[in-house]
Amino acid sequence: MDVASHLSQIQAFTAVGIGLMIGLGALGACVGVGIMCSRFLEGAARQPELIPQLQAKVFLLLGLIDASFIIGVGLAMLFAFANPLLGVVVTR
Amino acid sequence: MAAEHAAAATELTPTSYIQHHLTFFTQPVGHGWQLNVDTFATTLVIAVLAFGFLWWVTRVSTSGVPSKRQAFVELLFDFVNDQVKGIYHGESRMVAPIALTTGVLVLFLNAMDFLPVDITSKAFELFGVHNWRPVPTADVNTTFALSLSVFAMMIFYSIKVKGFGGWLHELVSAPFGLRPLWMSPFLVLFNILFNLVEYISKPLSHSLRLFGNMYAGELIFMLIGLLAAAAVGWTILAILLQFAWIVFHVLIVGLQAYIFMMLTIVYIAMGHESH
Repeated sequence: MDVASHLSQIQAFTAVGIGLMIGLGALGACVGVGIMCSRFLEGAARQPELIPQLQAKVFLLLGLIDASFIIGVGLAMLFAFANPLLGVVVTR
Repeated sequence: MAAEHAAAATELTPTSYIQHHLTFFTQPVGHGWQLNVDTFATTLVIAVLAFGFLWWVTRVSTSGVPSKRQAFVELLFDFVNDQVKGIYHGESRMVAPIALTTGVLVLFLNAMDFLPVDITSKAFELFGVHNWRPVPTADVNTTFALSLSVFAMMIFYSIKVKGFGGWLHELVSAPFGLRPLWMSPFLVLFNILFNLVEYISKPLSHSLRLFGNMYAGELIFMLIGLLAAAAVGWTILAILLQFAWIVFHVLIVGLQAYIFMMLTIVYIAMGHESH
C-alpha cells in the first residue's frame, strides 16, 4: 500500500508537470508567432513587392520560435511514457 | 522498469503499444557501446539513394536542353546557391555543397516519417526484428551527429580564417572588448562566459529542434491512432485529426530540413566573421 501511494503521488505530480510544460510552452510559442506574423502583415502592407522574401523569412523564424516549445513537448512525452522518476519506487 | 516491459510484451495496452513503437533495434558493439541498427541502416540506405541520384543526374547532364530530372536538380542547386549567396560572403567554395548535403539528407531522412508506423513494423516483424524505428532523425544520435559536425566545421572555418591565435583572442575579447584596461580581467570573464553559452547553445538547439519536431510528430501520429481504439465515433474523429496532422507534418518535414540547412549556412558564415 505504501508503494501504491508513492507511485500514485509521483504519477499525479508528473501529470500536472506535463500539462504545465506543454501548456506554458504553447502559450509562449503562440504569442511569439502571433507578434511575428502581425509584423509581417504590417510590412507586407507597406511594401507588397517584398512579400516573397518576407514570407521566406517568416517560415524560417516560425521554425526557430517553435523550437523550445517542441523540445518541451518531446520532454513531456518522455515523462508521459518512460517516466524516469518512477525508477525510485520500482527498484525498491 | 524491467517487470513493466515483460508484462507489456504479452498484452496490448496503449502504453505498451507506444513503448513498442518507441524502442530502437539496438545491438551491442565492441566494449560497452550500443548501436541503433535501424537508424544507422536507414541513414546509409537513404544517403546512398539520394546522393546517388544526384550524382547520377550530374553524370548524364547535358548543356543543351535539359531533361526534367536535370532541370529539377538544377532548380535545387540554384535554390541552395541563392540562399548561400545571401548569407555567406566569404570565399570558400565548400559552403554551398555542405548546405546542399545537409539539406537534402535531412529532408529525405525526415520524409521517412510519411510511412505508416504499423506497416513498417509489421514488415520487419516478418524478418524477426521486433523493434524498428523508421525515422532516423527521430533519434537524438542522428541529429546530434549532424549538428556536431556542423559545429566542428564552424570552429574549423573560424580557425582557418582568423588563425588559431586570432580565434582564441576572439574568445576572450568578443563581444565586450578589452577596454578599459583596468576592467579587463572581468571583461575577459564575461566574454568567455558569453562565448561559452553561445558555443553550447548552438549545437544543442540545432539538433534538439530537429529531434523534437520529428519525435513529437511521430508520437502524435501514434496518439491520434490510439483514439481509434476507443469506439467507432472516436475512429471517425481520429481519421479527421490524422488527416489534419499529416498535412501539417508535411509542412514541418520540409520546414525543418530548410531550417537545418539555413542554420548550417548561418553558423558557418558567422564562423567567418572577424570582429
